Amino acid sequence: MIEVTVRLFATLRRYQACEDLQELTVAVPESTTLTDLLAQLGVPEKEVKTIFVNNRRRQWDYRLTHNDQVGIFPPIAGG
Amino acid sequence: MAKFLRINMSDLSVQEQSVPAKYKELGGRGLTSNLVAEEVPPTCHPLGPRNKLVFAPGIVTGSIAPSSGRISVGSKSPLTGGIKESNAGTPFAQSLARLGYKAFVIEGIPDETEQRWLVRISAKGVELVSVPELKGKNTYETVSLLKQKYGDVDICTIGSAGEKKMAMAGICFNDPEYRASRYSGRGGLGAVLGSKGIKAIVVDKAKGSIPMADEDGFKVGQRKLVEAIRSHDVTKPGGTLNSYGTAALINVLSQAGGLPVRNFSEGVFAGAEKTSGETIAKTVKERGGAGMTGHACHPGCIIRCSNVWAKPDGSEHVSCIEYESDWALGANLDVDDLDDIATMIYLCNDYGIDTIEAGVTLGVAMEAGLAAFGDSKKAIELLQEVGKGTPLGHIIGNGAEFTGRAYGVTRVPVVKGQGMPAYEPRAVKGIGITYITSPMGADHTAGYTIAPEILSVGGEVDPLENTGKAELSRAFQATTAFLDSTGYCLFIAFPILDITSGFEGMVATVNGVLGTDYDADKVVAIGKEILKVERRFNEEAGFTKAHDRPPEYMRYEKLPPHNHIYDVSDEDLDKVWDF
Repeated sequence: MIEVTVRLFATLRRYQACEDLQELTVAVPESTTLTDLLAQLGVPEKEVKTIFVNNRRRQWDYRLTHNDQVGIFPPIAGG
Repeated sequence: MAKFLRINMSDLSVQEQSVPAKYKELGGRGLTSNLVAEEVPPTCHPLGPRNKLVFAPGIVTGSIAPSSGRISVGSKSPLTGGIKESNAGTPFAQSLARLGYKAFVIEGIPDETEQRWLVRISAKGVELVSVPELKGKNTYETVSLLKQKYGDVDICTIGSAGEKKMAMAGICFNDPEYRASRYSGRGGLGAVLGSKGIKAIVVDKAKGSIPMADEDGFKVGQRKLVEAIRSHDVTKPGGTLNSYGTAALINVLSQAGGLPVRNFSEGVFAGAEKTSGETIAKTVKERGGAGMTGHACHPGCIIRCSNVWAKPDGSEHVSCIEYESDWALGANLDVDDLDDIATMIYLCNDYGIDTIEAGVTLGVAMEAGLAAFGDSKKAIELLQEVGKGTPLGHIIGNGAEFTGRAYGVTRVPVVKGQGMPAYEPRAVKGIGITYITSPMGADHTAGYTIAPEILSVGGEVDPLENTGKAELSRAFQATTAFLDSTGYCLFIAFPILDITSGFEGMVATVNGVLGTDYDADKVVAIGKEILKVERRFNEEAGFTKAHDRPPEYMRYEKLPPHNHIYDVSDEDLDKVWDF
């Protein structure tokens, strides 16, 4: 097993057990993909738009490594 | 029939004229840039008698087109020395359009520089009114006094910074609740208005619509566009813009390693969460009272991304804390307290200065040692110098480049003298190209490549890659120049980039008003023509390729966390203009 830190943002925070938490530490099997991570977190794929791992946007087949920092966003825009 | 209004401050005359044929199909930025290029000598002094200030609502503004209450203001900029258009969302735009004005132009300069004038535009006519009692007043007080005096009107004004002709001064318009909070912010156009002795413009609030060539065609387009806006996750009711406002981007850009922190020294902000759209929404809800999210800057906006921030006791503090202001007076200064940020936004609104320029300038001031990074109280004091009009206030009030020069700072994040907005070029290479090549100076809205580079809207491209970015920036700049002419809020770009019928609907509303038959290709071609006009003006004003370059230090200083320099080559930058 490896550990990654996960931040869910905006509307996705409702999928956290405690909505006020800014960061979750999650244990996952080695080489877990981002798709698998979403499933483990109970976050519906269709609500997710962009995932950053260690400050880089990644495709969802990206395989996690120990201590990766993951940021998960719904569709967001601004100016 | 639609009219032009000309206000000549040299002889204090007012003249209405019919719209010249060449302007009939123009509006917003297309109109302001063409008129400025036609009538303003590119080498003139921006604060002198030969500069002109043009106000033009967008092509569809004043109709029931969704989210279309915007007005463009154009001139030669005292900040950049080049052509400038900046636009605001405000009911003023809609009233002006419904009263039948396609544009009004302020020209000349009064002999008597101590007087202050107000332009009163009503259904009965137009007159210049002497307003000595408003001299030196800031915007909140001015808007309140004018509302009391004139009643059901919309108001445009400048604060003390514009009267003092500071290059950071913007032009303030009322929001639907008469806050002095909606701005044509960038490029110092408030100083131009100040140089012409005008303190305010007051128009009758007008209902109704605007003349239309093909009302049925317009309605079909309007429905398609509304449908697209309402269905896209970003712009829909209850979507992220409506729920969290634009400051939802604080966390996004920090996660991407591209949020400029401490005068563009790194790309991740420890205070991102504390200043995020999520925290704004949560705090507004907790404090209750006058605070709200989902606020509209003009009636008829169906996106409603603005907010009203409340103090801890629930009383109103300021509208609004939007992404750029939040970043400029927050992350860029290493300040993570939303109440202090709100105080600084209020001061900027009141003195009448651009929050982006203010924040970039304060960042340079901190670099110069005038305050420590993170010292929000000192930052507030520095802003107050601008309000007092002290010599230091004049230095700060003239922007980041001016302040950098005064204090011998090399790390000055500007292009063509205008401060960079909330996206770090070394982490997002394409937006850097827009900053560097736009005729507007460092401007994010001019070609918002952030959409594909960070937000996965309109496709996905790697922000750290250079390939294809010249073409990307050019495409965005051209389409945006067209959108800036329509009167639509640029945020409709998110749904229309992703939903084809939305784009078609937008074009159909323009065709419906004008009686034209534009398609997607024509729209881009029109945008390119506007860019060409602007670039030609700049060339005649003395701009060369040397002005389409990044700040030197970004060529050698690596930016954490990605540790890139700005490495888009000069050749690639010049490619943007290969058309």
